[in-house]
Amino acid sequence: MNRDELSAVGERRWVNAALGVLAWVTALVFFFPVLWMVLNSFKTEANANATPNLDIDLNLDRYREVTESAGGLLSFGEAFMNSVVVVLASTVIVLALAIPAAYALAVKPVVKWRDVLFFFISTKFLPVVASILPIWILARELDLLNTQAVLIVLYTAINLPLAVWMLRSFFAEIPRELIEAAEIDGARLRGQLTSVILPIAAPGIAATALLCVIFAWNEFFYAVQLNPVEGSTVPVWVTTNISTRGEFLAKLSAASVLACIPVVLAGWIAQKRMIRGLAMGAIK
Amino acid sequence: MAAVSYVEATRTYPGTDSPAVDTLSLDIADGELLVLVGPSGSGKSTALRMLAGLEPLDAGTVHIGDRDVTSVRPRDRDIAMVFQNYALYPQLSVAENMGFALKQHGVPKLERTARVRETARILDLEPFLDRKPKQLSGGQRQRVAMGRAIVRQPAVYLMDEPLSNLDAKLRVQTRTEVVELQARLGVTTVYVTHDQVEAMTMGHRVAVLKDGVLQQCDVPSTLYHQPINIFVAGFIGSPAMNLVGMREDGPPRIGEAELTLDAAAGGALANGGGPGTVGFRPEALLIGDGPLPARIRTVEDLGSEMFVHVAIEHGGADLPLIAKVKPPFEGSPGDRVGLQIEGTTHLFGADGERIASGPAALRSPGALSHS
Repeated sequence: MNRDELSAVGERRWVNAALGVLAWVTALVFFFPVLWMVLNSFKTEANANATPNLDIDLNLDRYREVTESAGGLLSFGEAFMNSVVVVLASTVIVLALAIPAAYALAVKPVVKWRDVLFFFISTKFLPVVASILPIWILARELDLLNTQAVLIVLYTAINLPLAVWMLRSFFAEIPRELIEAAEIDGARLRGQLTSVILPIAAPGIAATALLCVIFAWNEFFYAVQLNPVEGSTVPVWVTTNISTRGEFLAKLSAASVLACIPVVLAGWIAQKRMIRGLAMGAIK
Repeated sequence: MAAVSYVEATRTYPGTDSPAVDTLSLDIADGELLVLVGPSGSGKSTALRMLAGLEPLDAGTVHIGDRDVTSVRPRDRDIAMVFQNYALYPQLSVAENMGFALKQHGVPKLERTARVRETARILDLEPFLDRKPKQLSGGQRQRVAMGRAIVRQPAVYLMDEPLSNLDAKLRVQTRTEVVELQARLGVTTVYVTHDQVEAMTMGHRVAVLKDGVLQQCDVPSTLYHQPINIFVAGFIGSPAMNLVGMREDGPPRIGEAELTLDAAAGGALANGGGPGTVGFRPEALLIGDGPLPARIRTVEDLGSEMFVHVAIEHGGADLPLIAKVKPPFEGSPGDRVGLQIEGTTHLFGADGERIASGPAALRSPGALSHS
């Protein structure tokens, strides 16, 4: 290597190091509010509201407070169970509907499948807030306000287009010949799905399910509008810890951390599968 | 086991104007190994997929045995197919891959295991039965794909370029194995390839397709010696047949040398009307002191034979020709040589159809005819 090449290598090293530092700083800046929230959740209200100091007494009292008392009408246990039921039920229904839809759009494309796909995504064009009045009236007429059912239906509707799109692209990655081979080998639709398509697309299905879980778990707007009294979910419960009297920052932090834990846990567990699923298109 | 026939079978892909397979009529005898061959886009794979039921027909019918299967689902056609990329189920073991079709057809487990074992024995796959496809080499995967077809004992085997993912040596070896296996099992087989050598060496008969149209279907030697048109003449044989366009007027000439034909061929050419094309195989072109001056471009020495690429001046432009000679050959690139034709020469009309074939020779311009 001559001098020029050596200096080029040195330069590249500097650039890489600088980019690394920049990445870390950016990550820490973004992570700081989360850290701040977590720290606050272990403090007393007074400490949480004080200027940051080192004299902090970390304890789990705020967690006890938010989980034991029903500050509003909704207790944590109730909200948690509602969330679990609504999230799981909607995700199961989404997959049950999206898998056949994705098959019809990717494996054996129906005529005008592009239009169908566009229609699915077009349901996402409308701002959520623009849909709330008709939905609210419909829910009232059907006697569904303040029920888990209304959220299950809505979360299914919200997640279905995304799930169809994702699963379609995963299914499209499956070599056509595999499905044709199964067809010639005598597999009916069910056999093709269970023996060939689902096992191969499993990472993609896991990734799709995880995203549906995350979106449904975090959904706030419909939950607070339609189920203000009963049947509401964890995000709504978090806001019940906002109080008009007294300090609530530490309690709110504790509630927020509790709301985050299941999603973070699910993401962490599914991480490997999910990344494999999302990268499925890139590797043969 | 069963005969197969295509009756004016046509398939036009949606969004395209010309059919991928155009009124194909073809009868394949019981136990025959028929090869569909053609360049890419010739419709050979589509024709196979039509027989498999993976591609619907727009017109015509397909029969297996005495059954019209045109609108029968693939799984009910009693066929087995070997795919180019093998299409092995990645999550199943070799044994499960081979037994998959039997399982789908409700064959009891004991019989399934026995048949898979027997097939694995034939194909030397016994040590690999518990492995997953990705743990196998390319050649082993190919054999599993073959095994998956064989174990079913179907009426017809369909093979879509099953050897093209193997390296050259393994391909030649497997070629022989497939031929032997097919002869032993005696199951009607339709084999698709783009490789004319594979077609000629494997097929009992070879069907040559171009642009979706069947050009000629016959035994390999007939395709080679009596090609029906310029396309077949140029496609079959390696190196390809030398093809020389004729001028519109006067006696047929290659360069300045006159081409003398036997009476029948000459008469046919005269009656054929319009300018045609003359074709002769590389082995019919002699290099020495013949009447057609040429320059050697390159010499390819394959050991047992040599291909000499020469250029002649024809119609005011350089025209490449190839001669196949037996070693030893002394010429080297740049050498001036004289060419002669000895052996069968084919005459093609302006429409590309072969009008006549016969012995021919070249003579110097103006020399007296001996005939």
